[in-house]
Amino acid sequence: MIKKVRPHVNQNEALLFERSSPGKRGYQLPPLDVPEVDPAAALGAENTRSEIADFPEVSEVEAIRHFTRLSTHNYAIDLGLYPLGSCTMKYNPRINEQVARTEGLAWAHPYQPEALSQGIMQVMATLEQMLAEITGMDAVTLQPAAGAHGEFTGILMVRALLQSQGNARRKLLIPDSAHGTNPATAAMAGYAVENIKSNALGMVDVDELARSVDADVAALMLTNPNTLGVFEVQITRIAEILHAKGAQLYMDGANMNALVGVARPGDFGADVMHLNLHKTFSTPHGGGGPGSGPVAVKRHLVPFLPKPRIARVNDSWSWDYNLPQSIGRVRAFYGNVGMHVRALAYIMAHGGDGLRNATLDAVLNSNYLRVLLEPYYDLPHQAPTLHECVFSDARQAGRGVRTGDIAKRLIDYGFHPYTVSFPLIVPGAMMIEPTETESKAELDLFVDALISIAKEIEETPDLVLTAPHDTRTSRVDEVTAARKPILRWKPGPK
Amino acid sequence: MLRAVGVDSPDALFAHLPPEVRLNRPLDIPPGKSEYEIVDYFRARGEECAPPGSHGYASFLGAGVYYHYRPVLVDTVVSRSEFLTSYTPYQAEISQGTLTTIFEFQTMICQLTGMDVANASMYDGSTAVPEAAMMALRLTGRDRVLVSRAVHPEYREVLATYAQHQGMPVSEVDYNRDSGGLDTSDLEKQIDDQTAAVIIQSPNFFGVVEDVRRAAAIAHRHGALLIFVFTEAVSLGLLEPPRDADIVAGDLQSFAISPSYGGPFAGIVATKEKFMRQMPGRIVGETKDTRGNRAFCLTLAAREQHIRREKATSNICTNQALIALMATVFMTVYGKQGLRELAAQNLSKAHYLAAKLPLRFTGPFFNEFVVSTNSSAPGDINEALLQNKIIGGLPLQRYYPELEYSMLLCATEMSRREHMDLVAEGFR
Repeated sequence: MIKKVRPHVNQNEALLFERSSPGKRGYQLPPLDVPEVDPAAALGAENTRSEIADFPEVSEVEAIRHFTRLSTHNYAIDLGLYPLGSCTMKYNPRINEQVARTEGLAWAHPYQPEALSQGIMQVMATLEQMLAEITGMDAVTLQPAAGAHGEFTGILMVRALLQSQGNARRKLLIPDSAHGTNPATAAMAGYAVENIKSNALGMVDVDELARSVDADVAALMLTNPNTLGVFEVQITRIAEILHAKGAQLYMDGANMNALVGVARPGDFGADVMHLNLHKTFSTPHGGGGPGSGPVAVKRHLVPFLPKPRIARVNDSWSWDYNLPQSIGRVRAFYGNVGMHVRALAYIMAHGGDGLRNATLDAVLNSNYLRVLLEPYYDLPHQAPTLHECVFSDARQAGRGVRTGDIAKRLIDYGFHPYTVSFPLIVPGAMMIEPTETESKAELDLFVDALISIAKEIEETPDLVLTAPHDTRTSRVDEVTAARKPILRWKPGPK
Repeated sequence: MLRAVGVDSPDALFAHLPPEVRLNRPLDIPPGKSEYEIVDYFRARGEECAPPGSHGYASFLGAGVYYHYRPVLVDTVVSRSEFLTSYTPYQAEISQGTLTTIFEFQTMICQLTGMDVANASMYDGSTAVPEAAMMALRLTGRDRVLVSRAVHPEYREVLATYAQHQGMPVSEVDYNRDSGGLDTSDLEKQIDDQTAAVIIQSPNFFGVVEDVRRAAAIAHRHGALLIFVFTEAVSLGLLEPPRDADIVAGDLQSFAISPSYGGPFAGIVATKEKFMRQMPGRIVGETKDTRGNRAFCLTLAAREQHIRREKATSNICTNQALIALMATVFMTVYGKQGLRELAAQNLSKAHYLAAKLPLRFTGPFFNEFVVSTNSSAPGDINEALLQNKIIGGLPLQRYYPELEYSMLLCATEMSRREHMDLVAEGFR
């Protein structure tokens, strides 16, 4: 039985600035217990502003209604399957949110004395240790704020290592299936990018790689499993080719949800990798962040880790700044520590076995979708897949319906769409990652929806081309948004 | 499900992985724990720390991370599943909640800073600064960056890390030893026709309010851009917005974001309209849906890594949306009148404490200031204060060797008079 969504009532909501009336307020400050200081006298009249023109003025009730109504205009994991490929939209356990708000942790100041920070440092040190065990690497930094920031950190370390050997080299090799952050990172670290073509199975063409690796290559940035969900089965050979020429293997760990407890990058040749705590380790995506992008390295890269590093000195935790070969800081303070707390809570709740089971379930879920959808959608690469699979719109394109249209129609069935048009090596890509979170019942509903849409495309393609139909907001004109940018509210004529 | 897939166990789905690649032992991680045990573990870790509130400690630390009261509404809103468990709003039709709040966020940042456009957030202030500097390089076609030594030392360290491989020489401009503000004669001396940007912070790391107009005039006379950095966003409730700056980069931790031992926070980059196509990060714009209703969507994506790859303005992908939402709710709760009143309370508290202590600098200050410890080591004073359960200021020697006998103190609306009196006693 296919269950499409039925619209439900919620009120329209104006912008805060349009709801404001002069003098309304939603706060109450305690009375001052010290003499009041005149701002103009203390700061200088020329440094003091008169008012914050057009800033909101609403009551507490108006504020909470505003944000609550707006929230109902969002889709979320807590409402259902959110199969964005490569984003690992898994359940965000609420216990993580609670423990992150533990007073002594949430209100810890980064400059308070170390003796009064032992608890939070213990949390960070324990997480470092567990991530090292999970990845098979020797050391971890928690400083990078997100995945792309971790990439940047890792590549700077590669550069510092090579520089210490006398030549930082000139370029990075990046497969054509890679995330866009990889080439953007390379550019920020001062490296030229050379693309490596994938073979017919969607894997790195090892012969081409062997031809491309020379004394100019600093590293290969490889996502494994790659963005097709395919594990690079020649990974140890790939690592050998790089190492033989003095190059490093950087692993993009965005897809680590396919491997935890089953295989470790440190065991198959990776020298440095980042993890996304907001993917594999269940910290919330929050509408686009915060993330956290720890970087794990093998022993030879340890001297180059960002500073400071957490260290055990005389039975207590301390920050070590004396790291002469360090690449320096990539962020103020010690990283997105609140996310470290959440990730550790996730690891503790699962334990070693539970983490492995989550991996098995994620891979089983993805393969289940692959098998049930293959009769209806084109699967361009036939290699076995792990946590995600990538279909294409090749069969539907003949009717004028593209991946973006199918995605919009999925919304009418009550689902967030898959990742659209990525990876770039699959024209019309439909990239699906269900994660371990989903039950068979939810997966079956999703499969039914996609099968139903495939039929609609045969019979009534217009229905799909103009989707979504059942949402508050119909298809949004993104072209005009980019051509005539309106990036802030402005008051109308008074 | 196994039958449908055609395997007899989930392990079989990994059969194609070469044996040498597979982990043939269990992970060395203790067995899964119950919710109660996990809460208990973190409660115990929290008790090993001593921030204000717990164990009765009072703190006068600032230096980029400030203790401000967090209105209850903030966590109420960010705990909504629809905000907490959604992702980057690629699918505008079912993401209007997030998109609308980001549009409001961008608007409020512009209202606060006097800029025309703002992005949807950066990781934090320290990473927003190098992103702003790289933006200035693209805009001017020049490569040199001058940064005031009174910009947060850790922000400058991050800038140095980013700059080293981009052909972006960074030089530091000294501060005036009397006022604690930018040494404009040193700036005049160092600025040249290859300078892309001058970076100042206000209130600066010493808490001193800078003369933004003057710094901007010097920068502009030499064809350079002025980048204005802030770490204490509450100051913008009282201080003149940096309208003369070309790019604003800052951190919003003060807006209801827990100190959380240094993160997650939310940074921003804001600028003039003519520079917007060189801004890094996500940006939300207004448009219409096919029914003609107002709608919002991510826009100007042609700048970004998923489209431009190595030619993108930045590699940033994930931002700090949920944290930016905290700041948005905070700004809404306080609003036009409240943010000013809150800032005025901070000013009054800090000036009450400062009046009792020997100040190192003469420049005007908001809620932070540098105190001379005369011949006592700042560490000794802090040790003594700790006996009264007071966490004192930040000794500055580590960052400024010439400020050996100085510490940076901060008072906010949460600082109580009796604690401030105890601090003053500690200096006698």
